[in-house]
Amino acid sequence: MKPIRKQRLILILLMLAILGVAATFALKAFNENLMYFFSTSDVAAGKAPDNAVFRLGGMVVKGSVERPNADLLVRFKLSDFEKEVSVEYSGILPDLFREGQGIVAKGKLDGRGVFVAEEVLAKHDENYMPPEVAGSLKKPAVQP
Amino acid sequence: MSWIPAPVSRFFHRTSSPPHFYALADRFIPWLTVIFLLLLGAGLYGGLYLAPTDYQQGDSYRIIYIHVPAAWMSLFIYVMMAVMGGIALIWRMKLAEVMLISSAPIGAGFTFVALVTGSLWGKPMWGTWWVWDARLTSELILLFLYLGVISLYGAIEEKRAAARAVSILALVGVVNIPIIHYSVQWWNTLHQGPTVSKMDKPSIHVSMLVPLLLMAVAFKFYYLIAVLQAAKLELLKRETSSQWVKALLEKQA
Repeated sequence: MKPIRKQRLILILLMLAILGVAATFALKAFNENLMYFFSTSDVAAGKAPDNAVFRLGGMVVKGSVERPNADLLVRFKLSDFEKEVSVEYSGILPDLFREGQGIVAKGKLDGRGVFVAEEVLAKHDENYMPPEVAGSLKKPAVQP
Repeated sequence: MSWIPAPVSRFFHRTSSPPHFYALADRFIPWLTVIFLLLLGAGLYGGLYLAPTDYQQGDSYRIIYIHVPAAWMSLFIYVMMAVMGGIALIWRMKLAEVMLISSAPIGAGFTFVALVTGSLWGKPMWGTWWVWDARLTSELILLFLYLGVISLYGAIEEKRAAARAVSILALVGVVNIPIIHYSVQWWNTLHQGPTVSKMDKPSIHVSMLVPLLLMAVAFKFYYLIAVLQAAKLELLKRETSSQWVKALLEKQA
């Protein structure tokens, strides 16, 4: 390789290395802000903001979904298999909302420690299979 | 270039000469088109007809046969552009500049398709068209990078200077690629984690995976066809006054 070309190659590699390091530091610094949601353990540990809107993600605990009145109010528990948080939501749930399914809810904690959601999104997992295969597995949707 | 075998190096030097490349592209495009159509037909038939419905999403999941290959291509083409940019900067190779700028609109198209199909799927499945999570946001930035490459090239009159500016932009933007790929693992995102590119076996049933891979390869061939066509045009534009273009025009007239 001609010296001038080698020089350019080194320059480019150097530029990429510096960019990579800069990007790593920037992303590390903004790590918290890049998290789309808090886990239920974060909330139980008091890491979630008080009196401010944030997002909470977790698995809907089996058997925890209840509709106390005839209206749209739904109560359920979210879990990350360590800590559980109770959630209340009044509105239309997405198609994929079901027990054992991951969801992300936006809202805030009230005085009772219940998360009052104003928006609920279903978080689809990365598993795709035909219904017969899912039926033959015992607990298809509970993969974290 | 002592560490590259002589025949390989000779092949590259010959291919990188515009008239030779033009003739080579002409010869390859029909074959590539046939392969592309066969793969596309098999992939669509397998994906839309043979593959079973999903246990949770029903038929809506079939959008992955467009969405996932398009998203893969959006990353792949950008990496190709960065490599071409590096070659253009180091060896000042004209053909690398042409390939770089010809790839940009195709990559932008794939990125756009990935964003739109994802949004169409997101509404019924997640319950929202769009969220600002790490995966979606970084993919949107990728679209802006593509558009930046296209407009920067268009903004500079002198095309060799434009190509150098664009090469640097393509190289700088390449830091975004690992961010897009790993965003779903590094941060909590609404977008699901990787299905196919996991270390253990893919979490997708094989009857659904095969059409997906067929579509992915079909999209690669589509890119090849499109980039060769675009590169041919770009070469003609750049070399209007050269001898081989005149000879070509005379032959066709």
